[in-house]
Amino acid sequence: MLGYIIRRIFMSIPVLFGILLVTFALARMVPGTPCKAILGEKTTPEICAKFDAKFGFDKPVYVQFAVYVGNVAQGDFGNSIRFSRPVAQILIERLPMTIELALGGLVLAILVGVPLGIASAMRHNTSVDVGTMIFANIGISMPVFWLGLMLAYAFALLLKGTPFWLPPSGRLSAGLTSVPFYEVWGWAITAGTFWAKFLEFISNHFIFNALITGDWELFKDAVRHLILPVITLSTIPMAIIARMTRSSLLEVLGRDYIRTAHAKGAGERRVVINHALRNALLPVVTILGLQLGALLGGAVLTETVFGLAGVGRMLFEAITARDYPIIQTFTVVIAVSYMMINLIVDVSYGFLDPRIRLE
Amino acid sequence: MSITTLKRTAAAFAESQDDEQLLGSPTALWKTTLGRLLRRKTGVIGLIFIGTMMSIAVAAPLLAPYDPMQVLIGIEDVKKRTAPCIHILGCDGAKPQHILGTDGNVRDLFSRIIYGARVSLSIGFTTVGFAVTFGVMLGAIAGFWGGWVDNLIMRIMDVILGFPSLLLAIAIVAVLGPGLRNALLAIAIVTLPAYARVMRASVLSIKELDYVAASRALGASRLRILLVRVVPNAMTPIVVLSTLGIASAILDAAGLSFLGLGAQPPTPEWGTMLGSERNQVFNAPHLVFFPGIAIMITVLGFNLLGDGLRDALDPRLND
Repeated sequence: MLGYIIRRIFMSIPVLFGILLVTFALARMVPGTPCKAILGEKTTPEICAKFDAKFGFDKPVYVQFAVYVGNVAQGDFGNSIRFSRPVAQILIERLPMTIELALGGLVLAILVGVPLGIASAMRHNTSVDVGTMIFANIGISMPVFWLGLMLAYAFALLLKGTPFWLPPSGRLSAGLTSVPFYEVWGWAITAGTFWAKFLEFISNHFIFNALITGDWELFKDAVRHLILPVITLSTIPMAIIARMTRSSLLEVLGRDYIRTAHAKGAGERRVVINHALRNALLPVVTILGLQLGALLGGAVLTETVFGLAGVGRMLFEAITARDYPIIQTFTVVIAVSYMMINLIVDVSYGFLDPRIRLE
Repeated sequence: MSITTLKRTAAAFAESQDDEQLLGSPTALWKTTLGRLLRRKTGVIGLIFIGTMMSIAVAAPLLAPYDPMQVLIGIEDVKKRTAPCIHILGCDGAKPQHILGTDGNVRDLFSRIIYGARVSLSIGFTTVGFAVTFGVMLGAIAGFWGGWVDNLIMRIMDVILGFPSLLLAIAIVAVLGPGLRNALLAIAIVTLPAYARVMRASVLSIKELDYVAASRALGASRLRILLVRVVPNAMTPIVVLSTLGIASAILDAAGLSFLGLGAQPPTPEWGTMLGSERNQVFNAPHLVFFPGIAIMITVLGFNLLGDGLRDALDPRLND
C-alpha cells in the first residue's frame, strides 16, 4: 500500500511538470505585457524596462521558467504584481473560503445524492424512482450561475422578513469580524513564521474557527451566508451521484449473492445496506474524485454570483489582469489538490473492496 | 444437467434462432438502435426537446416579433427592463406586447431568446464536432500504434485532465482573447481528452479481434485496417459521449459568456444575456429567469437523448 502511494506520487511528477509548463506558458501567452497591464497603456518604455528588470521579465523565457520551478519547489510563490503582496499570503486569505464552499458542496451532494440514489434503486420504476431521475436530469442540465441567481432572488428578496431569509452575498454580515482562535486563547505567536501563517490559514476557515472558539453568533452568520452558495454548487454533483448510485446499486441488486442473502432470510434493509451498498459504492467514489474538478470550476461561477472572495474568483480576476504569479500559483495549487484527491480516491478502492490489490 | 434443463436450453436456443437478427436479412445497427431509442421515454422526450429547439432556431425570423438587435427607444413607448406584457393575459392593450418583457437596452427579450437558440445549438455542434474529430484521431492513433506515440499523446491528455476543465478553458480564452470563437476552441480543447481516452480504450480491445487479424492476413495496410475496420466499430461509445458532450459544451459556453469571456454583446447568446443583467436580478428577475430556462431545456434535451442512446446501444440492456 505504502509502496503504491509512493510510486503514484513519483508517477505524478511528469504530469505535475507538464501542468507547471502549461500554466507558465499560458500565463506568458496572454496578450499584452504585465507592465502595461499594471501601470497603464501609456507607460513609457524606460519605466517598463525598470518594471521588467524588477520582476525578472527581461530574462529569456526559459530562464524565467527555471527560476519559477525552482521557487515553487522551495515554496516561494513570489509577489502578486497587482497587489504587491506575497501570493502565499493571498492564498492564506482566499483558500479557506473556497475550501469551506467546496467541502460544504461535496458533503451536501453526498448526503442527499447517495440516499436519493438508494431510494430510487430500491423502488425501481415507481414514482419515487421516476421523480428522483427527473430531479437528477434537471439538476445536471441547469446552469450553476442561473440557479445561484434564482436562489438569491427567492431567499433574499421574496422571503425577506421571514425566518427563511438568507443573505445573497458576502461571507459575514457587516459589523461582524472573525477573531482567530489563537488570539481568543491568547497564544504567543511570532508573526511571519511558518507556524503563524499556518495558524492564520486554519483560523480563516470562519465556520471552523467560530466552532472551536464557541462564537455561536458568528457561526450562525457564517453558515447562513454559506447556505445558498453551497446549495448552488452541490446541485450538479448531487444529481450525478444520485444517478450513479442508482445505476450501480441496480446492477449489484441483480447479482446472485443478493438472492442468496434474501434466501437466507435477511431483511431488505440489511441486504441493501450490508450486502449491496458496499459493492455499489465503488463507481460512486470514482465519480466523486472527478466531480471535485467540476466543483472547483463551478466555484468560479458560484463565487462570482455570490460575491465571495475565494480562490476561483481571484484566479479569474488574475487571468484577466495578467497577474502572472497569482495565475501560476493558484493553478498549481488547484491542480495539485485535484491530483491528490484522485490519489486518495484510488487508495480508498482498497478499503472499499479488499479484492482490489493496489500495485 | 438433467434432461429437462437440457430440453429447456434447447428450446430457448431454438427460440433465439427465430430472432430476426440471426435469421432473415441483417439489420443495420442504426436501425435497431433507432427502434430501441424510440421505445424509451427519455430518448423520445430528448428528441422532442431538441427537435423543438432546432425548429425554433431554423424558423427564428418567422417566430420572433422583433429584430433581436433592435433597440426600441423612440420606436415604441416602452422603457428598459419592463416586465412581460401579454395582451390575452390581461396586459393593457394600449401597451406594446412583449411576451417576455424588454432587456436593459430596450430590446425584446422574447425575440432575443428565439435567436439565441441558433447561437447555442451551433455552439454545441461545432465544439463537439471539433473535439470529436481530433479526440477520435488522437485516441485511435494512440491505441493503434501504441508504444511511445501512445505514451506521448496520453500524457498530454493527462496534463489537460489535470486542470479543472472550466478553469483551463478560462485560461485559454484569456490567452486567445474573449469572444465566441475562442470560447468554443477552449471548450473543445478541454473536452478533447475524454474522446481520446474512450477511443483509445475501444481501439485497444478491437484491434485484437479476429476480423482485424483476418484483414491483416489479407494484406490490408495499417492505415486501411485502422480507418475501415477499427474506427467505425469503435464509434458506438463516442456517439453517446458526444451527445452528452453537446449538453455540457452548451453549459460551459454559457458559463464563459456569463463571465464575459464568450459571446460579446449584442450577440443574443443566452449566457451573455444572463451575465449582463445579473446585477438586475432583484429588479427584473425575468431577464435572468427566461434565458436560464432556455439553456436548461436545450441542455436537458441532449442529456436525455444521450441517456436514451446509451441504453439503446448497450447490449447488456437489450430487450
